Amino acid sequence: MTAPTGSLLTAEKLRKAYGPTVALDGAEFSIHPGEVVAVMGPSGSGKSTLLHCLAGIVPPDSGSIVYDGRELAGMSDAERSALRRSEFGFVFQFGQLVPELTCVENVALPLRLNGTSRKQAEKAALGWMERLEVDDLGGKRPGEVSGGQGQRVAVARALVTGPRVVFADEPTGALDSLNGERVMELLTDAARSANAAVVLVTHEARVAAYSDREIVVRDGRSRDMERAI
Amino acid sequence: MSIGHTLLGLLESGPRHGYDLKRAFDEKFGHDRPLHYGQVYSTMSRLLKHGLVEVDGIEAGGGPERKRYAITDAGITDVERWLATPEKPEEYLQSTLYTKVVLALLTHRDAADILDTQRSEHLRSMRILTDRKRKGDLADQLICDHALFHLEADLRWLELTAARLDKLREAVSR
Amino acid sequence: MNARPSPTTALPEALRAAPLNSKWSRDLAMGIRFAFTGGREGWIRMLLTAVGVGMGVALLLLTTAIPSALAVRHDRDEARLDYTYGPKRAKAANTLLISDSDTMYHGDAVRGRLVEPEGPRAPLAPGLSAYPAPGDMVVSAALKDLLGSAEGKVLRERLPYRITGTIGESGLVGARELAYYAGAKNLAPHIDGYHTARISKFGHPDGTTSSNSMDPVLILLILVVFAVLLMPVVVFIATAVRFGGERRDRRLAALRLVGADSRMTRRIAAGEALAGALVGLAFGTVFFLIARQLSGAIQVVGISVFPSYLNPSPALAALVAVTVPAAAVLVTLFALRGVVIEPLGVVRTAKPTRRRLWWRLLLPVGGLAALAPMIGQGRENGDFNPYLVIGGVLLLLVGVTTLLPWIVEAVVARLGRGGIAWQLAVRRLQLSSGSAARMVNGIAVAVAGAIAMQMLFAGIQGDYTKRTAQDTSRVQLQVNLSQGIDFLPAAAKFSATKGVRKVTALGSTELGDTNWRSGPHETVSLTVGTCQSLREMARLTSCRDGDAFVASGGGRDGSVTNLVRPGRTLHMDTINGTGRGGDAPWTVPAHLKPATAITGPNGLSDSSVLLTPAAVPERMSPLLRGAVYLSMDESTPDADEYVRNTAARIDPVADTIVWSATERSKQFDSIRTGTFAGAICVLALIGASLLVSQLEQLRERRKLLSSLVAFGTRRRTLSLSVLWQTAVPIALGLLLASTVGLTLGAVLLKMVGVTLGVDWASVLSLTGAGAAVVLTVTALSLPPLVRMMRPEGLRTE
Repeated sequence: MTAPTGSLLTAEKLRKAYGPTVALDGAEFSIHPGEVVAVMGPSGSGKSTLLHCLAGIVPPDSGSIVYDGRELAGMSDAERSALRRSEFGFVFQFGQLVPELTCVENVALPLRLNGTSRKQAEKAALGWMERLEVDDLGGKRPGEVSGGQGQRVAVARALVTGPRVVFADEPTGALDSLNGERVMELLTDAARSANAAVVLVTHEARVAAYSDREIVVRDGRSRDMERAI
Repeated sequence: MSIGHTLLGLLESGPRHGYDLKRAFDEKFGHDRPLHYGQVYSTMSRLLKHGLVEVDGIEAGGGPERKRYAITDAGITDVERWLATPEKPEEYLQSTLYTKVVLALLTHRDAADILDTQRSEHLRSMRILTDRKRKGDLADQLICDHALFHLEADLRWLELTAARLDKLREAVSR
Repeated sequence: MNARPSPTTALPEALRAAPLNSKWSRDLAMGIRFAFTGGREGWIRMLLTAVGVGMGVALLLLTTAIPSALAVRHDRDEARLDYTYGPKRAKAANTLLISDSDTMYHGDAVRGRLVEPEGPRAPLAPGLSAYPAPGDMVVSAALKDLLGSAEGKVLRERLPYRITGTIGESGLVGARELAYYAGAKNLAPHIDGYHTARISKFGHPDGTTSSNSMDPVLILLILVVFAVLLMPVVVFIATAVRFGGERRDRRLAALRLVGADSRMTRRIAAGEALAGALVGLAFGTVFFLIARQLSGAIQVVGISVFPSYLNPSPALAALVAVTVPAAAVLVTLFALRGVVIEPLGVVRTAKPTRRRLWWRLLLPVGGLAALAPMIGQGRENGDFNPYLVIGGVLLLLVGVTTLLPWIVEAVVARLGRGGIAWQLAVRRLQLSSGSAARMVNGIAVAVAGAIAMQMLFAGIQGDYTKRTAQDTSRVQLQVNLSQGIDFLPAAAKFSATKGVRKVTALGSTELGDTNWRSGPHETVSLTVGTCQSLREMARLTSCRDGDAFVASGGGRDGSVTNLVRPGRTLHMDTINGTGRGGDAPWTVPAHLKPATAITGPNGLSDSSVLLTPAAVPERMSPLLRGAVYLSMDESTPDADEYVRNTAARIDPVADTIVWSATERSKQFDSIRTGTFAGAICVLALIGASLLVSQLEQLRERRKLLSSLVAFGTRRRTLSLSVLWQTAVPIALGLLLASTVGLTLGAVLLKMVGVTLGVDWASVLSLTGAGAAVVLTVTALSLPPLVRMMRPEGLRTE
């Protein structure tokens, strides 16, 4: 498969094994700016591994990942980290907020990693928290807020650097449906208005319904449903 | 669900007599609602007219049930197309989907493909509903949610079936 | 999830079965069972606790064994005592001639004896089965090894005897002691009531043993050392029983869910700690036995022991066996008092009550108050109340552990701005300053105690160190020869020895105004030497052999003026020599040349009579005691040993003295080194426990760490935050430890009446050691940290 024109992030023939377990076996992927793509599939199918490879967290054993014309495979760990800091945002299922830091400090963290001053970072953080309707939680610690609020804080943190791709791995996995949908609404709205692409790993159809299209991963192989039809 | 396509699919594994077809259908898909002979003959004559099947031979002793039917190339293509076309998401569509999956397994086609295609179709509907929900008022939201939950239930069944395809293949090929 | 036997199924049955009055034993027993059936995780936690407690127990047992070990050493040393100062006795069937030929080799003392049994019933020295024939020797195993090795080559020249046997354990005070008995002939003429004597038995002459009474200051020191070393061990044991607390709390929550009340869970937790402590006791016993076995091969500051010496006194050992498990139970109950275990999880009492300062200050203040009355008592009337001393020191040190949490909380709450690594660390500390302080407590107590100790030693050392008048740039070695050995030819032999630059050989004796039997009223010293040597003692205008001088202008000038008058008869010292009581008169010559006394090689500048060899009457020579002063080429390796070899050839019982600017009391050196080594051991122990809890904490945060790495956090940042997280509390701990240590040291110095002086070197070295522990722990936790930061941590199980 050749990279579709205008694609922001493209992966071809990804292969990744953890020991004897093959997680990815020729997976493909592509996403355009501003697009929300759901990655679906049964558990153990390799969805999360695909996300980790796409985000440059895990280097694939073989295959290519091109982000914005640059090949990720050729980058050093430090370069990939820098890329993640500045171009990507992340939301995970749980356990991602630093329990000791206040919510606003958590949101400001990626900016501070990029060298922004503390004051500026926290100001920007508060702006995003306002958009996600959690600006009143600024001084609280993650342990003192509800799961839905915590996840919104996490979304604010993912978006605070103005990333071009947001990777969300089961972002609503630990939430009830009402909270989950609200988080999805806020995430996709914010991402679309910022023209950021969202890679959304989920096994829930109603969460996937917030995407523009979906990709199904099964036994380490991906299937792009739009192209198949 | 389409009895015509189902019977065509059953013929794909080899020519059969009319009563064979009925028995196979009842055994695999009929369950609580067995097929009438009349349904079989009317369907078969329609398929003959469209050139999707041909008469392979007639056994001595006459009678319509003694006719042996075989699928034509056009028939195979038709089954193919049918299987690949997702069903319009609606309530209680499992029986059709189930039929499709079993037929795909019987004819050694990729049953997972059928499920993936269906999931995609469901998601398309769900996206539309979700979008409407986001833009609509509370009443819209509640109505859309109702539909969404039903569609989600379908999809859950779909995932479950996908996860059990290997077992199902074993069961139907016995 | 591994399928471990669920504690929850066992519980309700147990709840019903137990009568009320036995609930303690029931719950403790259940806790013990959980400790053993907790699956792999449980085993690891238990092993950690047991090893930690075990190390502490081993240290405690060693400590309890030290008094008995010292006592055995003392007894052995008494049993082989050859009392040379006793009355002169005649040769008999049960007499032995023995001569002290101790020497040094490469800084180690070698106990040497020349023996000549005079009859069949001559007393046999402990550890010997028979005396060696003349020219043979019986040696200790350690000396045999040394003589057989390349390192002992030079010593072999000094001890040219044939080795015919080894000294048994009963004749030695330590496994590494260097000792020999060499057979000799014709020792009788050398009897001097000093080096050589005729004895009829070994041991104290009157059959008693000396009470080994020690200086009160020394006793104070030893008391403080014990208190100082044991405190951190206790703190450490308290920490060890809390390893893996978080996991245990979760299990306890599960117990609450099936109906255990909160008191029960506490008792069950105490039972788990008890199990660790009991296994720890077993481990400790094993560790102790291993250490005991190893002790035979180890020599600490010149002292070695035999493994059999290290027998803990039964009472103290029993005390350890009871106290450690009891402490484990109490510590656990105490630690859980701020924790509410709810059926659905563990709640740390949300806002721990703000730590109050006043009662925390009470302890150290109380400690100072206990010590205060003893300030200024000094050594003379230093009857220190041991209870007050120990109590005061302990209160001060415990004060460190109570003050530290408050200080850490107060300081950390005020720490702010800084990089992300700093922010992460500070925030974490703010949330759990208590556990951070707990981790550091042990180190702080150890360092505080050790600083106080070292300060006390440094202060007292000034007192116990004799300021010598010797000028070490002029003379580096002095060899004292036995009376009667002709020192003039000896000088030539020393000159020919490797590494010797200049030799000054002088013979001396005292002249009295009357016969020495009745005791002289006034004396003046007489020195004999070549002109060249005498010029070291006085300024001579001219000198030829045969000249006699009277040097004046130095100390004892009055006696010289009184006694040294031409024609007057003076009497040579016959008491301290082999003169056998006879009178040895000497008439002052008529023409004494005047000279001016200067500081001699021995550091004294006394007025005296100086004679050149030709002016010495025949009778006088055997009464002179020769001393050879040597100026050495210090670049020659082993020069000292060659000199000792030469000295031994001339006179086997010669004393060779190495001069140094100050002469240290050996006893202090060993206590000082001992404390330092002990403090380092305790620090290492605490470092190990720090590492364990650090790793446990990291493991719990694996997911968080992975997600931080996912959004691009540099590994360096996270590593740094781990470093800060350890370094901040330790820095505070060390600061407090230094303050308390210096205060305690100052008070102790005041108590013994010594001028205050801070031994900055030891403060620095101890705080440095504490800092090294932090760095090591951080360094060791980095590889697992990096492993945990791998993206695999993100995968959902």
